[in-house]
Amino acid sequence: MSTHTIAVSRRRFLISTGAAGAGLSLGMMLPIGAHAAKSEKQPDEVNAWVVIHPDDTVVVRIARSEMGQGTLTGLVQMVAEELECNWDNVSWEYPTPGQSLERNRVWGNFSTGGSQGIRGSEKYVREGGAIARTLLVEAGANKLKDKPADCYAENGYVISKRSKKKVRFGEIASDAAQLVPPTEVTLKDPKDWKLIGKPIKRLDTQDKLNGKQVYGADLKLPGMLNASIKACPVFGGTVASFDESKVMKLPGVKSVVKVDDNAVAVIADTWWQAKTALDQLPIKWNEGPNANVSQADIEKSLTEGLTSDKDVFVGNENGDVNAGLKSAAKVVEATYHYPYQNHATMEPMNATAKWTKDRCEVWCPTQNGETALAAAADAAGLPQEQCDVYKIHLGGGFGRRASSHDYVRQSVLIAKAMPGTPIKLLWTREEDMQHGHYHPVTKARMVGGLNKEGYLDSLHMRISGQSIVAAIFPNFLKDGKDPFVFQGMMAEGDQAISYGIKNLLVDHAMRNPHVPPGFWRGVNANQNMVYMESFLDELAEAGSKDPLDFRRNLMKDHPKSLAVLEAVAKKSGWGQKSPKGIHRGLAVCNAFGSYVAACAEVSVDKSGAVVLERIVAATDPGHAVNPQQIEAQVSGSFVYGLSAMLYGECTVKDGHIEQSNFHDFPSLKIAQMPKVDTIVMPSGGFWGGVGEPTIAVAAPAVLNAIYAATGKRVRQLPLTKYSDVKIA
Amino acid sequence: MAKKIHVNGKLVTVSADDATPLLWVLREHLELTGTKFGCGIAQCGACTVHLDGQPVRSCVYPLSAITENQKITTIEGLSEDTNHPIQQAWAALDTPQCGYCQSGMIMACAALLDSNPNPSDDDINSTITNICRCGTFQRVREGIHLAAEIKAGKKVAKEMNSEQTETTNAVEFFDPNAASEQSSNALYTEVKA
Ligand code: FES
Ligand code: FES
Repeated sequence: MSTHTIAVSRRRFLISTGAAGAGLSLGMMLPIGAHAAKSEKQPDEVNAWVVIHPDDTVVVRIARSEMGQGTLTGLVQMVAEELECNWDNVSWEYPTPGQSLERNRVWGNFSTGGSQGIRGSEKYVREGGAIARTLLVEAGANKLKDKPADCYAENGYVISKRSKKKVRFGEIASDAAQLVPPTEVTLKDPKDWKLIGKPIKRLDTQDKLNGKQVYGADLKLPGMLNASIKACPVFGGTVASFDESKVMKLPGVKSVVKVDDNAVAVIADTWWQAKTALDQLPIKWNEGPNANVSQADIEKSLTEGLTSDKDVFVGNENGDVNAGLKSAAKVVEATYHYPYQNHATMEPMNATAKWTKDRCEVWCPTQNGETALAAAADAAGLPQEQCDVYKIHLGGGFGRRASSHDYVRQSVLIAKAMPGTPIKLLWTREEDMQHGHYHPVTKARMVGGLNKEGYLDSLHMRISGQSIVAAIFPNFLKDGKDPFVFQGMMAEGDQAISYGIKNLLVDHAMRNPHVPPGFWRGVNANQNMVYMESFLDELAEAGSKDPLDFRRNLMKDHPKSLAVLEAVAKKSGWGQKSPKGIHRGLAVCNAFGSYVAACAEVSVDKSGAVVLERIVAATDPGHAVNPQQIEAQVSGSFVYGLSAMLYGECTVKDGHIEQSNFHDFPSLKIAQMPKVDTIVMPSGGFWGGVGEPTIAVAAPAVLNAIYAATGKRVRQLPLTKYSDVKIA
Repeated sequence: MAKKIHVNGKLVTVSADDATPLLWVLREHLELTGTKFGCGIAQCGACTVHLDGQPVRSCVYPLSAITENQKITTIEGLSEDTNHPIQQAWAALDTPQCGYCQSGMIMACAALLDSNPNPSDDDINSTITNICRCGTFQRVREGIHLAAEIKAGKKVAKEMNSEQTETTNAVEFFDPNAASEQSSNALYTEVKA
């Protein structure tokens, strides 16, 4: 196990050729634990994005992280599209953030969040492919004794238009690497795409079927020890004391170390020994100023915010909402609640670090190699140039491994206790559940005014609760305001409201409890769409309107949103007589640059329990890179969103999170999974995300369907805790 | 504390504390890291292995409870060449997302198929209780049905070894390049390059 290569996944047929071949690119053979010379350009590196070996195998370098969302395959498709290589010969590798640093950030941003993987890098990765192709065509023309203008690239060859002679990419890659790259390239017209838009299979499936895929938690380095950690359960608390003499004689135990001022780790030969010893270690905590905070305190502060004038920020306003409500024919009011959620990535937090006084290396799952590198360097007390981070496939990310690299910091601090020895830190699920960066807690007070015709004229949405940005990126606050709180409700941009409402006010009373918040797949669109889309159904009913008709009335100037809504309505048969026992609910949203809608169908079984039958979902992401992966993201996002809606809640008691594992933080199982019918309807001209937007429509569409089926309006989540609706 | 156990067709000697869960014996003593740690309390199924053909959650199964006669199969030993019908179906449908739960998921589904060659949706619902946070359930369900057909000889793997996935029934794709009318109900099988 000591000869892992990292940063590489190969196609099946490449394993033999690749591993045996000489002249492999750097990342491919970088042995774990070694620090390869980084900045030298490899002989067969056509440019930073593309390495082509003499046997024609093509390695595409990708800076964003693969965590299951398929971005890796999508980005390789985009490079390969412009490169005109043979798809069968393509593999990929991750450059390290350290290499990127040395090469002037040639691979751009490493951040993999906000559904940005494709849309945030589509242009420069396609250009990377196009530049490499241009160089290959020039080198090929030289070889064919022809002019570059009279040659073209296709399927891994450079071909002369006149003589029809051709030369393989593998024969000319090293010549191409010597040429001067063009400063400008023209990207293909979308109508000429051959790979983008096709339901191509993922590049990283095979090893996930037989146990070969190495995750951070699986890593094994020569001489490696293992660590288990416990941090003060109360956020903001510290370690008072611990008695290591009680565990030092236990089998395998090497050391007990304090990590920062709030955690203790046991280092042992095996992780199970470390964990067993840690369980027996007497630790006393100083629980600090938050020791008495309870869920009721948090609720109280948020409830106060629903009607307060203090620390209130306006996110979107037009018309005059007060006047509109005063003159409304009918006013409806409701209050909604959305709880803390843990990300609960399937793979608990982990990182492996090796530290010496002049170099620190970390192997870890991360959604942002550069942030991980910064965290590692800071903990190591070394400049970033003397550190590096090797990214490993993530066992789930969902935002948890994006901005907060607490686990990386801890692993380096632990490794510092034993210089030169690699140590793998792996959290227990309990540690993971209690030390998350949680989906923020909010409430909303919705007040809507209908006109005489029963349509919506005026809406005030008051959000009260926590700001992620205030906790994680305070620099992004604008005069104290967190613009991101208004996701899906903004006036314009790629998170804009899907409706035109005559008098509108969306504002936010910022109330920040002590529990650390984080970006959680779908982020603030999750609760905002529960609030907005549920309430629209309440308003439609008050106006005696069909929910689709009621929404259409507000969507005249929102054709793309209307198109996805109409698509799900049509496919589900909205407005026609539904099959016996089927009840439907709608939701629509614009988030992360894409337009999405859902129609949920539920039934009620003999016992009175609700069965989630089907969700029809439509996505307009502008350009759809890989429709089968979009389908996977859509149906996957529903599992995440419905888990939260039905079961997910983290509550606070005496300053700590009460939940500890999947028995009290349950996740949806296959038995509850509705059938998902996905409509991918790219209208072209823009690039929207697909990993997150649909999660926001799952919950409200189902809640609206449940209301249609049972007459019960659920305004507080999770449903199984705060309502008497039973789920089959 | 040395003990012999039978793993993936081989009798191996492990020296680990008797209370060590099988999961950690596999992962840390036998370097079989395909079996994953997700919860440690038998809730998630990521650690599922076969014990005499039955699925067990190895995180709560202490070494002391295992005898030399019992045959343990892990994901690494499920098939010779990643060709168990479940694995073939998973490959055809591109089922894994992050993949972390998939060793356990595949072992649970393989055990189901081994005991029930043609499971119904209800059988699947009552048997497969693994957690997948990425949410691969739709393809897991399709995959079990497809694997049943592969096992029965109704479909062969070769046909499915294409570059594009077989998941066709759940997606409508309006291919903007397929010219003519945007709203044609083209299943994406029809837009294959
Ligand atoms: S790790 Fe064994 S069931 Fe979760
Ligand atoms: S594929 Fe990621 S948890 Fe199942």
